[in-house]
Amino acid sequence: MKSEISANAMTRRDMLAVAGAGILTAATIGFVPGSAEAKPADVEMAVKKLIGNKATKSGRIKIDMPQIAENGNTVPMSVTVDSPMSKDDYVKTVHVFAELNPRPDVASFHFTPRSGVAYVSTRMRMAKTQNIVAVAEMSNGDVYMAKTEVKVTIGGCGG
Amino acid sequence: MAKPKPRLSVPKNAKKGEIITIKTLISHKMESGQRKDKKTGKKIPRKIINKFVAKYNGEVVFQSDWHPAISANPYISFKTLATESGTMEFSWTDDDGQVYSKSAKIAVTQ
Repeated sequence: MKSEISANAMTRRDMLAVAGAGILTAATIGFVPGSAEAKPADVEMAVKKLIGNKATKSGRIKIDMPQIAENGNTVPMSVTVDSPMSKDDYVKTVHVFAELNPRPDVASFHFTPRSGVAYVSTRMRMAKTQNIVAVAEMSNGDVYMAKTEVKVTIGGCGG
Repeated sequence: MAKPKPRLSVPKNAKKGEIITIKTLISHKMESGQRKDKKTGKKIPRKIINKFVAKYNGEVVFQSDWHPAISANPYISFKTLATESGTMEFSWTDDDGQVYSKSAKIAVTQ
């Protein structure tokens, strides 16, 4: 089964350019040292705002992040949620939070039965070593939660 | 700021029912609103891409809301079912209301 990449493909040069930009911007930081940061309790509040008072279950979510992030400006993050992704049973949304960033919200990813797999990969800013939390809302109303600790050597905070 | 440039990696061909991987990238500073101007000491206002939408023949198959914690030059990869031939359209919405878009054709065979 051969898949051909479209003419608009991201070339290796593009990926290197992006990586270069990440290194250059390490000096021009994303976050200001000393500014107020979120606390784990803020993440709890942010989660409540999105899902109400529902109890969260564990399992089904896999957060794939480096154990140690070299550059807090761009930390790769992938989330996969175990689900048939059928129209009767699928992952509706995955919310991601960072417990100790200036603001806890990172992103919300909305899937559909046409997603095939509840998988997303992106890059995020991390101010310092902290837990990254993922909350998955299922089509039947169930909510799952998982968290993982990522150590950050050069913070998105300049040091 | 130079005009944001989207880049896509979408398979040109797929078999019906195949789960394909889409990768996207857009050049954008994603100004978080946390940085201070070194001269004035004032905070540089936030200006990010806050919404990403992927459509397949007009139907939304994936979308995402972004906050300032998403890195500059935002990259996102996700999957979708190859259902029929047609066009995938992607759009990125800036805080200032501008929408950047790019599309790619896909041929789906049995």
